[in-house]
Amino acid sequence: MGASASELEAVIGLEIHVQLATRTKMFCGCELSFGDEPNVHTCPICLAHPGVLPVPNEQAIRYALQIGLALECEIAPWSIFHRKNYFYPDSPKAYQISQYDIPICGAGRLGDVRIHRAHLEEDAAKMVHVGESGRIHGSGASLVDFNRGGTPLVEIVTEPDLRGAAEAAEWARLLRETVRQLGVSDVNMEEGSLRVDANVSVRPAGSEELGTKTELKNMNSFRFLQRGIEAELARQRELVESGGSVTQETLHFDPASGTLTPLRSKEEAHDYRYFPEPDLVPLAPTEEMLREAREALPELPAARISRYEGMGLAGDVALTLATDPETADYFENTVKAADGIEPRVVANWVTGELAAALRQAEVSGGASGSKVSPKSLADLVRLVQEKKISHGSGKTVLAKLVEEGGDPAAIVDREGLAQISGDDGELAAIVEQAMADNPDAVEKIREGNGKAIGAIVGAVMRETKGRADGGEVNRLIRERL
Amino acid sequence: MGRTILAGQPVVVLAGPLLESPPVIGRDQVSRVARLAALKLDEDEIERMRTDLGEILDHVEQISELDLAGVEPTSHVVDLMNVLRPDLPRPSSPREKMLDCAPEPFDDSFRVPSTQAEP
Repeated sequence: MGASASELEAVIGLEIHVQLATRTKMFCGCELSFGDEPNVHTCPICLAHPGVLPVPNEQAIRYALQIGLALECEIAPWSIFHRKNYFYPDSPKAYQISQYDIPICGAGRLGDVRIHRAHLEEDAAKMVHVGESGRIHGSGASLVDFNRGGTPLVEIVTEPDLRGAAEAAEWARLLRETVRQLGVSDVNMEEGSLRVDANVSVRPAGSEELGTKTELKNMNSFRFLQRGIEAELARQRELVESGGSVTQETLHFDPASGTLTPLRSKEEAHDYRYFPEPDLVPLAPTEEMLREAREALPELPAARISRYEGMGLAGDVALTLATDPETADYFENTVKAADGIEPRVVANWVTGELAAALRQAEVSGGASGSKVSPKSLADLVRLVQEKKISHGSGKTVLAKLVEEGGDPAAIVDREGLAQISGDDGELAAIVEQAMADNPDAVEKIREGNGKAIGAIVGAVMRETKGRADGGEVNRLIRERL
Repeated sequence: MGRTILAGQPVVVLAGPLLESPPVIGRDQVSRVARLAALKLDEDEIERMRTDLGEILDHVEQISELDLAGVEPTSHVVDLMNVLRPDLPRPSSPREKMLDCAPEPFDDSFRVPSTQAEP
């Protein structure tokens, strides 16, 4: 092709498996667990003994509907389960019950990325591979633990709307936060309750056609997701640039080496011969089921972000708050108490100074669990905004509030932190003294070295113990040059 | 849903030279279905299956003679919806009893031939 790397555009779609945090499995009453002894949560249904019948878990259906609504998916008025046939020891039935052409959730959207579909299925069992040198004598063997087998899953498939590795990882974080706030999954990537696969391809920038894609698996953190996609994009770009072409295959990411290895071709031969699951009747969400799912939806991160941006908050501050709903609620209560003060200013205090003060004092539980009430933070912010105290003194008061709570105005009085203003002459006198003490600095400023002013401001701050307003001090110095 | 039996592959029913000859499907198709079903067929069996499967497909093919415009595909024969169960745990089966069904249990697990081919 001869296209240069810079002209090749990345095209990425994600497939996300979400383990639902139900009490029991998808089709039987075995309890879900993580880290228990092997095979203690099994029964004839999840081990596929002959003659058993699966019955879907209604809570899993409810959770799937919540995910669908949160992702603005069209909910199918009627959907069915299919059998996905394959032979592998992690699937005792030799098929997985999944959904095929009529999934419960159709097209939707999260942020800038379109959702293709979201469907219900069951998880496979866990395989433990024991090599020839392992504890099992003779030929190599694998051990199967069916505790996980049959765990309810929702698989979310995006359209190929992502254009870079970092963008893909960032969007996946938003998705995880969204699902986490729904309360329908633990979304723990290390434990596998959230698993992200990526379909990656490149194409000449501006082209509408999709290139041949590869599927990346086993990236069990957002960092690995980004690194895996980066590595694969680099490989594909190099391949296409040197005139080669991409082969459709599944690649396994190895976190230790950061490399991608093709899975053997036998596992690639996908021919699942889907057919409708005769043991299950159709699923037709009733008005009541939908209403219940809708009522269970909290305000989700994407909605919070746009609402906060509408209030004037910076994008990164809005994101920080949206991914921490408790602190976000605290912020909103503070805004209410700080009647008239810009939400942007309050947000900066909550995510900046207060977060830092809590970290400093090693207080856990966030702003909402601290001794600083929204009312007292609001009062403090007002004292600073009205220049009753300096910003530096504000931080001192905040440290006290974190320690003991209480009324900021009382702390200001007790600690003698009221701001010294220039108008009454006291601050002007201190400034003049500081200038007299630092003639070198004064000379440098006169010569045009603006930075030299710092020495004089520093001297004033030391003298006033931080009670002076920096801007005011600057003004007074410049007036006297 | 007869067509999903050989998903992705158009079914070619080869009529024999004589009208009385049974319908036959290709040897490749039989081998493919056998492989997907993890079945090992010998030469005789493959030949027999070509005829057997051909006849079955031919039989199902009769449906296409009907005018089915506007008829929804049937996915289930019983007229029921939303048969669900509450999310309440029920006791799992004793592990020993479940492992008794396995030919070679090991370490409280089901032992199977190694599936690890990846490096």
